[in-house]
Amino acid sequence: MTLKSDAPRRAQLFATCLIETLRPEAGMAVVRVLEKLGVTVEFPDAQTCCGQPAFNGGAWQDARAMAKYTLDVLSKSKAPIVVPSGSCADMLVHHYPELLASDPQYGPLAQEISARTYEFSQFLVDVLGVTKISASDVSRLTHDVLRLTYHPSCHLLRGLNITQAPRELLAGVEGVNMVEMPSATECCGFGGLFAIKMADISSAMLARKLDAIESAQVETVVGCDVSCLLHIAGGLHRRGVNITTKHLAEILDPAPNIQITEEMYLP
Amino acid sequence: MSLHSPNVTFHERVEGALRDEILHTALDRATGRFQNLRVTALASLPDAERVRDRARLIRAHTLAHLDTYLEQFAAKVEQAGGQVHFARDANALNEIVLEIARQHKVQSVVKGKSMISEETELNHALQAENLRVVETDLGEYIIQLAGETPSHIIVPAVHKTKEQIGALLHEKISIPYTADPAQMTAAARATLRREFLNADMGISGVNFGVAETGTICLVENEGNGRLTTTAPRVHVALMGIERIVPTLDDLSVMLQVLARSATGQKITVYTNLLTGARRNGEGDGPNELHIVLLDNGRSRVLGTEVAEILYCIRCGACLNACPVYREIGGHAYGSVYPGPVGAVLTPALGGVAQWSDLPQASSLCGACREVCPVRIDIPRMLLVERDEAVRAGKMAWWLRLGLRVYSVTATHPALFRLATTTAGWGTRALGAFGKGWLKRLPPPLNGWTQSRDFPAFAKKSFRAQYRESRHAELIHLDDNAFRE
Ligand code: SF4
Repeated sequence: MTLKSDAPRRAQLFATCLIETLRPEAGMAVVRVLEKLGVTVEFPDAQTCCGQPAFNGGAWQDARAMAKYTLDVLSKSKAPIVVPSGSCADMLVHHYPELLASDPQYGPLAQEISARTYEFSQFLVDVLGVTKISASDVSRLTHDVLRLTYHPSCHLLRGLNITQAPRELLAGVEGVNMVEMPSATECCGFGGLFAIKMADISSAMLARKLDAIESAQVETVVGCDVSCLLHIAGGLHRRGVNITTKHLAEILDPAPNIQITEEMYLP
Repeated sequence: MSLHSPNVTFHERVEGALRDEILHTALDRATGRFQNLRVTALASLPDAERVRDRARLIRAHTLAHLDTYLEQFAAKVEQAGGQVHFARDANALNEIVLEIARQHKVQSVVKGKSMISEETELNHALQAENLRVVETDLGEYIIQLAGETPSHIIVPAVHKTKEQIGALLHEKISIPYTADPAQMTAAARATLRREFLNADMGISGVNFGVAETGTICLVENEGNGRLTTTAPRVHVALMGIERIVPTLDDLSVMLQVLARSATGQKITVYTNLLTGARRNGEGDGPNELHIVLLDNGRSRVLGTEVAEILYCIRCGACLNACPVYREIGGHAYGSVYPGPVGAVLTPALGGVAQWSDLPQASSLCGACREVCPVRIDIPRMLLVERDEAVRAGKMAWWLRLGLRVYSVTATHPALFRLATTTAGWGTRALGAFGKGWLKRLPPPLNGWTQSRDFPAFAKKSFRAQYRESRHAELIHLDDNAFRE
């Protein structure tokens, strides 16, 4: 695998609050993939949540406080920022600058951070220049073919306009059989607080998404947003359907479900 | 259904809609078909994306100079022999139309499709003065027979299946039952023909008013619009003040995207361009043309952060693309303008305080923005209105408090770790019986567990796992150093 000549050697990981609390394995997979590709991962320890729940809920005053806090945390390093979530990346890239547009101090900072923030798959494909992750890049030993379907989450797809990167990466993984679900680009109904405040509508939307996933007859649903994946997982579990949900990084992970070994971290 | 918020709550209307299986059949049939047709139609337009960009620029330019263009438009209409009226609000518009009707001793009115008349509830006002009003757009006619309101801005009866419509026509105009659209259309046409010939006044909507010529443009597929605007002695055209385009060239750009986005046609069957009333020596057309321009809050919206919603050309594409609209239909919104555009426009015109539920009725998936021919950033404006609603005290207290506590926590890392650790214990304890899944969350979070389980927090947070992995690495490095 040859990366772009100007590919950065370091990156800051903004892990997101949901990976921190609910899907740490996805975050660890992100770390392993990046390091396998020769990128040193920085994890600013003071990071918390980007503030999206408050922003989407309309509590912009609270959202601004969290945005400023996060900007302070991320501006300590000059390294590009990798966010393993389409919607949180969209928050940093698009909504921080809007939210803080009239703030003389944080407005420009938001612009600066926005310009060096990337969603995980985008970072791999557009910034590092990874075109194909093949068996030699990942020490993946999949003996059986893994049937999976890809759910393009809304803010990744229509917020950040990332359409191909995750698909390309998945297509390159040995032993993966990609199956397209019907109306794949349709929202799963999550929408943050929407799922609670408008639970009826959200549930109806989720039901359609689950039907689509089930009809694809796959083992796994892959996405780039843990939030949507947890929403889908919760629905599948309630239905008693045995389909797992995985973050893209978990499929690309050089060492799924095994302990970190030293050679991965040493030249 | 106007811009007065109805008595039944949004949630009650939604519940009713979600239970309505016939509604879902009707919506799935129609919205699915329109979406596919739209994609095909846009593909037939060379450089469609550039045309959309241009259409957006035209709308932006026009609204930035609306006062100038409105003046020009009014002057041109009058030069062409038409009369122009400005109505500040809904009542003013209804009063203007009634006054015209009185002057001309009008007894019977035929109407073409007009969202403005729905917005002002003009039919009620006319009927209250004992005027006979007949809707002539097929969809509107069905709605009028059923005593309902439109549920879609271009397909008023989209919530009805063809079977329901067949039964309705059988009952109301005594034709044999059929669910064949062609037969139903023929029957309705025959009935409506007589109405056109007897009517004294025709009332229509307006898709665009062209400032440079004073022309009004009306698009339609049934020919009823042409009859409404030409057969009766008086033609009254109703338009929102924002419906202006500067030139005929601009109009042609708008028309290229309007029909494609709306019905998936390259162009509508009838595209009527009307300039002035009947002139001496002309064979048809009304004796008088009155154009009534409605403000009703629009000029106020112009200066705000949601002004962009006035770019809307009422194509309805955002309704068809919206997964929320598809679940609840138009009536649940409670406003004459439903769907994504309505969720922004209704609070903008009628007040966020009265309509605070509508901006919440979205998962912010962005499907509307993707299809909008003039690229209105609807999700962005829903967010602006949510912010406004919160500042107007319209957010539930528990949520307000919850988000405040959350933001304080999230800006203090030690507190954040404490909170997530505690929540971790809590969810794992509760999830112990469900093998890591919670079947029920307490109110007010129980909406989640209505249809999905909630995962317990991970035993070891990402931070902890990450630190451990670094720790292992450091020890290893130390080992190496020692060996050397
Ligand atoms: S907002 Fe855009 S998509 Fe929706 S009706 Fe208006 S022009 Fe059409």
